[in-house]
Amino acid sequence: MWSILAQVFGNPELYASTLAMATPLALAALGGTFSERTGVVNIAMEGIMLIGAFFGVLVAVSTHSAFLGLFAGMLAGIITSLALAWPAIRLQSDQVIIGMAINVFAAGLTAFLLNTIFGFNGTPTSTPFLPTITIPGIVKIPFIGQIIGQQNLLVYLMIILVIVAHYILFHTNIGLVMRAVGEHPEAAATVGVSVVKIRYLGVSIGGMLSGMAGVYLSLGLLNGFDVNMTDGRGYIALAAMIFGKWTPFGSLGASLLFGFALALSIALQGYQVSANIVGMLPYVLTIVALTGIIGRSRAPLADGIPYEPSK
Amino acid sequence: MKKLWKSVSLPLYAIITGLILGGIIMAITKYNAISAYESLFNGAFGSPTAIGNTIAGAIPLMLTGLGIAVAFRTGLFNIGAEGQYWVGAMAAVFVGYNFTSMPWYLHIPLALVAAMVAGGLWGGVIPGLAKAWVGAHEVITTMMMSYVAILLGHFMVEKGPMMQPGYTPQSPPIAASATLPNPFPNLLPNSSLSDGIFVAIVAVIIIHILLFNTTLGYKLRAVGYNNFAAKYSGLPVAWFTVLSLGLSGVLAGLAGGVQMLGVDYQLTDTFNSGYGYTAIVVSLLAKNNPIGIVFAAIFFSALSTGSQMMQITSGVSANMTDVITGIIIFFVATDRLYTYLRKMVTKRQTVALAAKGVRD
Repeated sequence: MWSILAQVFGNPELYASTLAMATPLALAALGGTFSERTGVVNIAMEGIMLIGAFFGVLVAVSTHSAFLGLFAGMLAGIITSLALAWPAIRLQSDQVIIGMAINVFAAGLTAFLLNTIFGFNGTPTSTPFLPTITIPGIVKIPFIGQIIGQQNLLVYLMIILVIVAHYILFHTNIGLVMRAVGEHPEAAATVGVSVVKIRYLGVSIGGMLSGMAGVYLSLGLLNGFDVNMTDGRGYIALAAMIFGKWTPFGSLGASLLFGFALALSIALQGYQVSANIVGMLPYVLTIVALTGIIGRSRAPLADGIPYEPSK
Repeated sequence: MKKLWKSVSLPLYAIITGLILGGIIMAITKYNAISAYESLFNGAFGSPTAIGNTIAGAIPLMLTGLGIAVAFRTGLFNIGAEGQYWVGAMAAVFVGYNFTSMPWYLHIPLALVAAMVAGGLWGGVIPGLAKAWVGAHEVITTMMMSYVAILLGHFMVEKGPMMQPGYTPQSPPIAASATLPNPFPNLLPNSSLSDGIFVAIVAVIIIHILLFNTTLGYKLRAVGYNNFAAKYSGLPVAWFTVLSLGLSGVLAGLAGGVQMLGVDYQLTDTFNSGYGYTAIVVSLLAKNNPIGIVFAAIFFSALSTGSQMMQITSGVSANMTDVITGIIIFFVATDRLYTYLRKMVTKRQTVALAAKGVRD
């Protein structure tokens, strides 16, 4: 028993894979944080990730450039998020239902286009992928170097983005304005803030980051696109955002925890412990967080409430 | 008549928009949209077997859709019906293969009651109490519970107590005494239609009466219509929250049970029926009206049944129907689009008139 535990938990591969698994969750959760901090509920991360993953591969294959694929995926993410932003902001539509519509649409469209453009064989194996970066020096440190010394470019970019996002949201004027719009749009409007513009900004940043998360799946973690390849990661990212109390560092922490659960359930394949039971961890923890057993998680006050400017 | 038109015009407009935009996407990708829709229609209604399969596919959608409608009527969004469906399925299968010496008239009701209790507890207890006590949003809690249920299902048949001896991850099949046969073997032959259709019809009638002809239903709707007013008029809102989510889960669980006894007969290692999600669309399209749900369920079942034929005969991927479904949900949810566009046009005309006035 103990030797098995030591074997599983003593392996640096487990922690390196945790970081790799946490990256798409953290990117999408960060995106969701921007959207919901400005007051638009975003359950469309799953669909936007799929769109990003697909168009990332499509452009990478046709231009032979993974970086152009990355930009295309982010752009596709922004465009898709506008399909949430516009009805949410202009038509006061139910944001959860629009989010669901996007998820159903994206799953259908990407599967349809995969079949139509690439046929039965799927995306080509020669798809270019985003480079893995080796940090000289650190990679030589035993154990730790094996975890953080050599990872995909987007893993490092994710960590930088979390720090930048924290700075923007909590230490700049625009961050304050965004949070104000999410907590009390009427008050923000009286001091001359354009609630509409700020919400568009928040949702688009969310779309861009979710698109990036999708590209990481198709051009980083795996090499190609497959039907429904996000496999519920958009919903786990939603859970990570809530568990992380709508903050960048909280989202990262929750994503690492959930990424660890994913990595562990893979590492445990072949042992007697059920990977499925370990896999329940993110969901159970989110419910626990919402019920306030370990520190209550509270949404921005105006989250999900359509704003109707009074004339 | 005018009232009826008012309630069906938005869903019809959403469906037509969905089909047209879907057709445009097919045309852009060089498919013949007309023949694709033709094969879709034939796949859903072209033969007695096809009609039987379309009705069969509508059964779980009706039951789950009713559940989601009950929650919507109380102002609650049960997005986790998929999980409640699967715990219902697990309970029904468990009863189905364990109590083999029972006569059918006890075995079937027992299996279905087990499914309803399982679904009801899954949807009602944790999400319901969490909402009632601490205000935890039911969209998140039911969604999370749904994922836990699906993982539980995988566990049950992969390494858990419901695994059939051997190497295939699946449960043992249910006993013959628990199966629901096809009520019309001559009229709709070789289809997966089962007696479950009667369960669904009875459920539609009961929920309709409950919602519109009982005090309980009136109170449930009052909570949904105005939560604060209901609270201040002394209604125990917390209790109604648990009850509504519980009832919602009961119906989703029943859907899982009926599907197992009537169509699948055992649990296999897939756990992605999608009924829980499509049922949300069914309920939205029917504006949470039980009678409307019957038609909406048949519509979405026809889309899904017909899509297989569409893929075979016209080469259009069956996933096209998801694209159309997504567009339909979008246009149901953007019901203000029409008024918004009209406002824009009037505004533009006013601006144009004003400009003209300046010139004159």
